[in-house]
Amino acid sequence: MSPSVFAQLVGLCAAVLLLSSVLIVWRRSLSAQVRLLAVQGWAIAGLVIVLGLEERSVELVVVGLLVLVLKGLVLPRVLRRALPQDAAPEREETPLINTTAALIATALLTMLAYLVSAPLRGLDDAPAVAAVPVGIAMALIGFLILATRTHAVSQLIGFLMLDNGIATVAFLTASGVPFVVELGVSLDILLVVLILQVLTGRIRTQFGALDLSELTELRD
Amino acid sequence: MTSILMLAPVLAALALAASCAWGGPRALLCWAPVAQSAVVLGCGLGLIAVTSPDRIPVAVAGLLRADALSAFMLTVVGAVGLTATWAGTAREDLNPAGRAYPILVVLFLGAMSTAVLADNLGILWVAVEATTIATAFLVGHHRSRRALEAAWKYVVLGSVGVAIAFLGIVLLYAATRAAGSPSLSWTTLATTRPALDADLVGLAAALMILGFATKAGLAPMHSWLPDAHSQAPAPVSGLMSGVLLSVAFYAILRVQAVAAPVIGESLMRGMLLVAGLGSLAVAALLMIAQQDLKRLLAYSSVEHMGLLALAAGIGGRLAISAALLHVLGHGLAKASCFVASGWVLEAEGSTRLADLRLLLARRPGVATPLLVGVGALLGLPPFSLFFSEVAIVVAGVGAGLGWVMVAALALVLTAFVVLARHVLSITLGSTELGSTGLGSRGLGSTGVETASPAGDWSVPGYRTPLVLALVTTAVAGVAAGPFGRLLAEAAAVVAS
Repeated sequence: MSPSVFAQLVGLCAAVLLLSSVLIVWRRSLSAQVRLLAVQGWAIAGLVIVLGLEERSVELVVVGLLVLVLKGLVLPRVLRRALPQDAAPEREETPLINTTAALIATALLTMLAYLVSAPLRGLDDAPAVAAVPVGIAMALIGFLILATRTHAVSQLIGFLMLDNGIATVAFLTASGVPFVVELGVSLDILLVVLILQVLTGRIRTQFGALDLSELTELRD
Repeated sequence: MTSILMLAPVLAALALAASCAWGGPRALLCWAPVAQSAVVLGCGLGLIAVTSPDRIPVAVAGLLRADALSAFMLTVVGAVGLTATWAGTAREDLNPAGRAYPILVVLFLGAMSTAVLADNLGILWVAVEATTIATAFLVGHHRSRRALEAAWKYVVLGSVGVAIAFLGIVLLYAATRAAGSPSLSWTTLATTRPALDADLVGLAAALMILGFATKAGLAPMHSWLPDAHSQAPAPVSGLMSGVLLSVAFYAILRVQAVAAPVIGESLMRGMLLVAGLGSLAVAALLMIAQQDLKRLLAYSSVEHMGLLALAAGIGGRLAISAALLHVLGHGLAKASCFVASGWVLEAEGSTRLADLRLLLARRPGVATPLLVGVGALLGLPPFSLFFSEVAIVVAGVGAGLGWVMVAALALVLTAFVVLARHVLSITLGSTELGSTGLGSRGLGSTGVETASPAGDWSVPGYRTPLVLALVTTAVAGVAAGPFGRLLAEAAAVVAS
């Protein structure tokens, strides 16, 4: 494909990634957040396939399809199963900071991401490397969600956004890690999310709710 | 032949887990973790025998590689695993914990073996994350509210921590790719010496050390550790405290060796010294008011990981050899202590310090290994922790870090006094000593009057592995000769 089309496609995927991250911070409804996370998975997969086509690498296109299945389909499905099906739709009721503050923090974190990725842009001036700050910003926004939201599924979403951010950085800077490692990492992430889903179910049975601010029995 | 030795720990783990899953006999469920530990220990010793600086076995197209350091760590995994799983095997009840327990313990041991044998930061990361996966349900095994809380915090903090390390690995890979030789193998990086971008490698190294330090339980990322290590079943606590933390520390050593030629020592030395002193301080302070024996032991692990971080920060062959000796001694002693704490729980129904008194008179069979193990942890001679701690301090002073060593010694002494007082008060627990302790209120209700004069020597498990472990800890410090050369060879892999 021509360089300008490639640059536009990479920019489009990066924009979708950043926008979906901000929307996850904005929305309180957990099922909407899960849908946005699936969109993010599709955008990463699209990014990987675009990179694969550009580099004419079959392996990278295969990895892109793997990402599509894992981050676009399987993980959102696991998260949906962690949400109650019958009851009223669950929302993040008690975030530690309100939505406005969270959005301002998101803006600040995005700026921070551009600052800290300065050493990376020395690598290359390709359009892929120019989009790296988006990946860092996603990782930082994932941290923000982990730190400020108390619903168990919100924490899962934060963890997956952190992971998506790291994966984005990996694909943009190095076209992904070696294939064996990529397989292992994908399997690990899937298992961690499955474990957290099972623990979520147990927390719901034991504590009656998924608000993690209830978890205060162990402390010094 | 050598590739069999390197593949056996993983293959044995998969085979044992599969046969446990598909209806093995009850004896297999009971002994599978012990068998796995024995395989790991055997392979570790075998690899120590065959490896030498000019002939390093590799397997699976170079993904696995057993240099002296890997072989040493594999041996430690096997030895500590054997101590924890064998002694923790309940004698009466052959199937104490269902199928999931042996399967997860076996896979946990297999994952740690892969982590120390990998010659690739990516594989190392995958294996370290796999240990979190294998241990998640082991921490939550008791299914109580506390166990559930500990398991949740453990999985979330552990996974997020190592995710940071993965970002570092990604950036390192990007740097090697920009330099024209994409690789995550430290052997390749050490032999080809590509011209890496120093800023990027600095950022990558900082992130990797931060991430693996979370897994190693170093302050200020230690908050999951006392919860997880106190809620897990005793043998699993022993494995996690005794060797999983050390595997994460091993990852830090590898990261250091990869990054140091590019960015120098100063950044990583600063991080590790701060984390080390911070861990010592946190451990010493939080041990003072501790009310639970297992949490006390868990904070002692934070203290010892702090010492290891200091040793890694100091660097050089003496400090790293001492750190490896410390890994072995701490692993064996801590596993013994946790197993003994499990026996205390079984015998007394509680691990609250306030509920435990006069254990040595009433339950000498349980109290003796606890007392000897804690003696080893305190660094009393002749146990090897004495020698390794002295060597770390000597190396630190030699490296011009005198004031850091003074601060570290002060904190270690504080932790020494606190741990000794707590453990003496539950084992000897005379009224005078108890009245000075925090937990003296439990004294009246613990049946001091009913204690039989002879004492109860029975233990709910096997004594032999603890004797072997503690004797090894005692001998390892004074055994020079082949053992000293082994440590020096292993340290030379990552320290110049």
